[in-house]
Amino acid sequence: MSNKLSFEEAISELEKIAEKLENADISLEESVALFEKGVMLSDECSKLLKDTEQKIISITEAEKEEKL
Amino acid sequence: MENAISVKQLNLYVKSLIEGDVKLNLISVKGEISNFKNHYSSGHLYFTLKDNFSSIRCVMFKWSAERVRFDIKDGMEVILTGRVSLYEKDGQYQFYAEQIHPFGEGDLALQFKQVKEKLEKEGLFSDETKRPLPPFPKRIAVITSDTGAAVHDILNILNRRYPLCEVLLCPTAVQGEFAAKEMINMLERVYLLSDVDLIIIGRGGGSSEDLSAFNDEMLARKIYESPVPVISAVGHETDFTICDFVADMRAPTPSAAAEIAVPDSEELAETISVFKEKLKSSLVSKYNFSALRLDAVLNSKVFKNPFLITAPYKEKLYSLENKLSFLFEKSLEKKKSAFALAVSRLDALSPLKAMSRGYAYCEIDGKAVKSIKNLSTEDTVNITLSDGKARCLVKELYK
Repeated sequence: MSNKLSFEEAISELEKIAEKLENADISLEESVALFEKGVMLSDECSKLLKDTEQKIISITEAEKEEKL
Repeated sequence: MENAISVKQLNLYVKSLIEGDVKLNLISVKGEISNFKNHYSSGHLYFTLKDNFSSIRCVMFKWSAERVRFDIKDGMEVILTGRVSLYEKDGQYQFYAEQIHPFGEGDLALQFKQVKEKLEKEGLFSDETKRPLPPFPKRIAVITSDTGAAVHDILNILNRRYPLCEVLLCPTAVQGEFAAKEMINMLERVYLLSDVDLIIIGRGGGSSEDLSAFNDEMLARKIYESPVPVISAVGHETDFTICDFVADMRAPTPSAAAEIAVPDSEELAETISVFKEKLKSSLVSKYNFSALRLDAVLNSKVFKNPFLITAPYKEKLYSLENKLSFLFEKSLEKKKSAFALAVSRLDALSPLKAMSRGYAYCEIDGKAVKSIKNLSTEDTVNITLSDGKARCLVKELYK
């Protein structure tokens, strides 16, 4: 798990986990493990989104300055 | 017969008569070429000019032949200009042609037609060999006269539309006897430059004589060899030259060549800003979409209320506990009543009750005495009563 996941990879996995947790017939231990992983992935996704947001802001700011 | 002269003398005499005639010294004659022979080693041309009735042997010497622009062929109707003389060696009189012109059409038109047919047959005009122009040329070689209006038009337009590209100006003559050769040499030099990615060759408008260098067969072949695309731009819209056919692109005028050669930087800037906007909006929408996607997952039941994971287990556990305690109580109950029953049954079998009514239990050394036969007088027996024991001596036996 050392190599960083892309947003697409992370959210796809997260979606799978959510589906499994809601529908699949799995053990309690497995459920908890999945939930733990899900929380980790959702943190990762949120962080990536936040970074992207920051980047968009800095790009558009730079452009505005360029125009001035 | 002493006054007989030699053959040579006779021929020379007739020759002098012919050459003395003013008319025969410069005359034009019309007819059809036959028996045409190009004596390549000397460069002289030999042929016969004929009509339906007569024929005459003709010679055209190298220095005159070199100025002929078209290929002379048998069957061609021509007008020859030159003089008539006699070749004293064989006594044949012949026509010494200095000029030859096709009958009915001009030399230039014929040259054009002949070269065009030839190169077309060889496939030099084929659309398949035409290359697309570079969309953003870096270095354009402009081969034209440095004194004409064409060069100014080209430079102005290139500079206005696309100042990013470098222009390599290659001045040559574009008309006159040496123009074709000069342009060929210039092309050869340009072909050696690896950084030129487009060539414009051309000139401004002029008479068909002025433009004729661009109908040169060798020049056309040299253009065809070009390692990079070539735009031909000769004269006006209505002028067509061999170079136009062989080049990768024909421009109607030199100015048009410059317009075709480069994109308009203002239009480019416009396009770039449109792309930039598109890029930005697609980035933002991708971001929004991703955010929504994450929201959707995080709003799913499990993530919103993680205790849902344990809830069903808890429920099950609870119901199992209930069931367990119910079953346990039930079985305890059962055991209790079984015990009571056993106790009552035991009670019924117990000798204690009988003893309480006055019965006693007799034994010797822990062994029950069940018959009188087991006893003898003077035996010591133990008698157990309901509330105590007695050691007794047997006095008498009754059977």
